[in-house]
Amino acid sequence: MSSRVARAAAPAVAAESSSPLAAAIEAKGVLGAHRWLIARRWSQAGILALFLAGPWAGLWLVKGNLSSSLTLEVLPLTDPYLLLQSLAAGHVAGSTAALGALIVVAFYLLAGGRAYCAWVCPVNVLTDTAAWLRRKLGLRRGRTPPRALRYWLLGATLAAAFATGTIAWELVNPVSMLYRGILFGLGLAWAILGAVFLFDLLVAPRGWCSHVCPVGAFYALLGRFALVRVSARRSGACDDCADCYRVCPEPHVIVPALKGAASPVIRSGDCTNCGRCIDACSKDVFRFTIRFDQRRDPS
Amino acid sequence: MDSSSSAAARRRFLQGIAGAAGSASLCALGLSLYARQTRALPADALRPPGALDEDRFSAACVRCGLCVRACPYDTLKLSEPGDNVVTGTPYFVARKIPCEMCPDIPCAKACPTGALDKALSDIAAARMGLAVLVDQETCLNYQGLRCDVCYRVCPLIDRAITLELRHNERTGKHAMFIPTVHADQCTGCGKCERSCVLDEAAIKVLPLVQARGALGAHYRLGWKEKEKAGRALGPEVIELPVRRPEAAP
Repeated sequence: MSSRVARAAAPAVAAESSSPLAAAIEAKGVLGAHRWLIARRWSQAGILALFLAGPWAGLWLVKGNLSSSLTLEVLPLTDPYLLLQSLAAGHVAGSTAALGALIVVAFYLLAGGRAYCAWVCPVNVLTDTAAWLRRKLGLRRGRTPPRALRYWLLGATLAAAFATGTIAWELVNPVSMLYRGILFGLGLAWAILGAVFLFDLLVAPRGWCSHVCPVGAFYALLGRFALVRVSARRSGACDDCADCYRVCPEPHVIVPALKGAASPVIRSGDCTNCGRCIDACSKDVFRFTIRFDQRRDPS
Repeated sequence: MDSSSSAAARRRFLQGIAGAAGSASLCALGLSLYARQTRALPADALRPPGALDEDRFSAACVRCGLCVRACPYDTLKLSEPGDNVVTGTPYFVARKIPCEMCPDIPCAKACPTGALDKALSDIAAARMGLAVLVDQETCLNYQGLRCDVCYRVCPLIDRAITLELRHNERTGKHAMFIPTVHADQCTGCGKCERSCVLDEAAIKVLPLVQARGALGAHYRLGWKEKEKAGRALGPEVIELPVRRPEAAP
């Protein structure tokens, strides 16, 4: 159902203008139509800068990488999915790592599970660029794997860890590989990252982040219970331009909130809280709120 | 929806699930095979002090590099894809930068997961590998010369490496001072390999699995058993009957 709504509305708009942001830019200005995107890029770059300040400038605020880190010598953070694989491989992690993973889980239960994908993960920049380039080059063809693939892969990575007694997924995981590469030496990791980029650009639109990546799948499971969410509170103002569907990396999450009669809150764990729909909407339908906020403005 | 389109939808749905499950299984299989292949550590890659044995290490290490950051001598390195060591895990190459054996063992302390054992409190108890004088034919001391460098640089001099005197058959009148490694003392820091004066080191630190033999569990060394029991376990001298040919006087 969901995809049919998006598809029905999109062609008319596409004919008018190639950019899904044209209407928003007209209504809110260039800055207004990119507010959350700019904020996200600052967040992603800022976190990377915190990590880089040590090796590049000798300013050791944060040590380690996204797999596990220590901030200001006190705050441990550990990737909970990684620790889960370690557990599946047969190792019960030390208390520092366990505490770090708990803190991360708690944080994303508040900030929105896949907020990790949109606000922290460096591969997101890569795949967003691929999506943008697809639009610019007018590449319309492509086959995406089923959306459920990432959850199967999530299970597969845990099974592989259990079967081999090693954290097998980390041998190829582009997410941790990119950060580790920037901070500790890239080696041949560029090949894997290049493959992800080309996969998204030429094979499957929004393929990696929205269909394949098991890291995202893990955070999506957290996201089902997350506090901070996007709400289509002013859904009455929606003029069916479908710009939000076109910019959204997970367009199916919008429909129930925007067109459904029940909650205006986007509840799907797949939503990355990227705020791109808020940016792209010229009618200011969307806003960030918490999941219990059921208000819908009367149209 | 009529029944035929719902059947088609069901078929599509099941096909999608089967496809996803199939790709995921393939992926798990591929990963497992790859993981198995990469498990063996190359002979020149040594783990930081306190590292769990290799099998358990690859389940425990999350590849965060906190040990690398804690190392004051840039000894440790995270493996990069393309290196021969499991991607992202810490190691060092003794010939490049050996372990300086910090008494406070900052690398092991920094490990959040326990892949490096925090309980290791005495760096002399670390077993990163074992030095082995692999090539007696090029080692200068084996030629009767007094190089002694590996012995001199050993942080546990006269314990982990000793010089054992031996007669020099070539000259007939000199002694050879043979560098001899003692596994019960050697930490595998790699200083000896680093400083070996040859173009290619004659003494090398190998991971323990490669460096050590193991006596069969059933095997008993008589003199040790005797020491343990405090007495001989059999009769000290076995009297054998003297058999002479019948005709002998």
